[in-house]
Amino acid sequence: MRSRTIPLREVHVWELPVRIYHWINALCIVSLCITGYIIGNPPAFMKGTEAYFNFWFGTVRFIHFVSAFLFFFNFIFRIYWGFTGNEFSRWYNFIPLKRCQWKEILDVIKVDVLQVTSKRIDSIGHNSLASLVYFITFLIFLLQCLTGFGMYGAMSSAFLPRLFGWVVPFLGGDMNVRQIHHLLMWGFILFALVHIYLVFYHDYIERRGVTSSMIGGWKFIEEDVIERHENKTEECPKG
Amino acid sequence: MKNQNPTFYEEVRGNGVSRRDFLKFCTTMAAFLGLEASGVAQIAKALQSKPRLPVIWFHFQECTCCSESFIRASHPIVANIVLDKISLDYQETLMAASGFQAEDAYKAVMQKFPGEYIVMVEGSIPTENEAYCCIGGRSALQILREAVQNCKAVVAWGNCASAGCVQAASPNPTGAKPVHKVISGKPVINVQGCPPIADVMAGVVVHLLTFDRIPQLDGLGRPKAFYSRRVHDTCYRRANFDAGLFVESFDDEGAKRGYCLYKMGCKGPVTYNSCGIIKWNDSVSYPIQSGHPCIGCAEAGFWDNGPFYQHLPGVAGFGVETTADKIGVGLGIATAVGIAGHAIVTNIRKHKEIINEPEEGSNVETTKES
Repeated sequence: MRSRTIPLREVHVWELPVRIYHWINALCIVSLCITGYIIGNPPAFMKGTEAYFNFWFGTVRFIHFVSAFLFFFNFIFRIYWGFTGNEFSRWYNFIPLKRCQWKEILDVIKVDVLQVTSKRIDSIGHNSLASLVYFITFLIFLLQCLTGFGMYGAMSSAFLPRLFGWVVPFLGGDMNVRQIHHLLMWGFILFALVHIYLVFYHDYIERRGVTSSMIGGWKFIEEDVIERHENKTEECPKG
Repeated sequence: MKNQNPTFYEEVRGNGVSRRDFLKFCTTMAAFLGLEASGVAQIAKALQSKPRLPVIWFHFQECTCCSESFIRASHPIVANIVLDKISLDYQETLMAASGFQAEDAYKAVMQKFPGEYIVMVEGSIPTENEAYCCIGGRSALQILREAVQNCKAVVAWGNCASAGCVQAASPNPTGAKPVHKVISGKPVINVQGCPPIADVMAGVVVHLLTFDRIPQLDGLGRPKAFYSRRVHDTCYRRANFDAGLFVESFDDEGAKRGYCLYKMGCKGPVTYNSCGIIKWNDSVSYPIQSGHPCIGCAEAGFWDNGPFYQHLPGVAGFGVETTADKIGVGLGIATAVGIAGHAIVTNIRKHKEIINEPEEGSNVETTKES
């Protein structure tokens, strides 16, 4: 039997609200991408019948809209949690304002993406490159909500969608809004591909339990990393 | 003795229109404008008491289809509005005067009715080189800017004047711009469509006349009464859309059964107009009812969001046939290849970490048992 003993400590990285946010978000994105793609490119599998007997396309759109509302409020909640959650979920992780965050981004590119050097990345939560990518996805979330509710608002008398009434005139008409909304969908799909791959990659290489951390919240972190984090002598303290 | 400044009512009565027909017209207009029942009386009163609306109607870079649509309104009173009620003191297509007399006619309106006259514009205005559109030795831009100085409001007829239409489509050689982009300080009513529906045009005129103020406009300057709903949301084929019944080619069973034209490139879902309600030619039909997808002629940039028979527009810079989906699939494949490559490289480059051998000098203890 191969085994090894190394000084590891368990760290509670992702609090329950963050994990709930993550999985609701994941479900919404899967649902929105599938229904969205069908709305943009519906299969015409029914023939020789009358409209009276069917409503499947209306149902697909209904699922899309419900998922969109859920996605939107979940997103709002995550922004709120970025100001009240623990240190790993705070907003300052995601926006690289410090020089050391940019240095870590370069390090991650060298170590994990290009693999030209070998070095341990010591971030306990997200590394700086991952954080930056999440920040960009947040911007895409925002754009997707704006364009989506912008199109939805025209046929709704509800308060929330009406707030987005300015989006369509701002972008010059529904045609442009729909095109942007459709292109951004592919941003979600590409993100999901890379995201899932990188979870596998990090678990495979670092063995810090990153996959299960999004279920249980705990990660296994090397003791020296935690010590330096607690003494604020780590390479890139983010707080 | 004939009234020097006859009202609209006097004029149509003089033309043999009965009072009954006149009231029918007022009722129709009130319905189109979405007014309450008392609105009918307001319209009737305004048309009976107010003098004619002084109008200068310019033709710039356009095809005159807006005028054609307007004068082909099947309702006789609508046609009367065009030709009699709004005093078309200057309208290049319809006026009898020419040359100096024509120029005099519109200058006279500007002097006689400052702050009262309406400028109606058909066509876009070239800005790349103003000489592309000149009338009487002056450029469209000069003429328009002078005319709007003392006007009450500007009505931009059709897609050209509202959004530039085909002249402003890429590559836009004349630098064509819509009215609202070249003037400022005056309210501009964008009456969209290529051309706009005649009854919509009449409705806008009746509104101006009855209430002495511009109609409520949406974010793109279009009257809400006519442009607040999508063609799609008012389409009689909408039930087929919700049922997922689509035409896939113009000669298939679905086309025969009148299924939804969404997959044939119908732009109804992104186009705001009254085609599904008021329809065309005395409410006989509209494109979708005749089996053709909406081309979105009431939306800005509809020429550049083609092809007409493709649901998703081409992506600028990638060629006409390249849709967002094609680009997305391409990027998806590239990403998958990149991931596979990265996974292979990882297994080679990070071999040591993967097989769990601690590096020299690290504080990691390894135990191996067999």
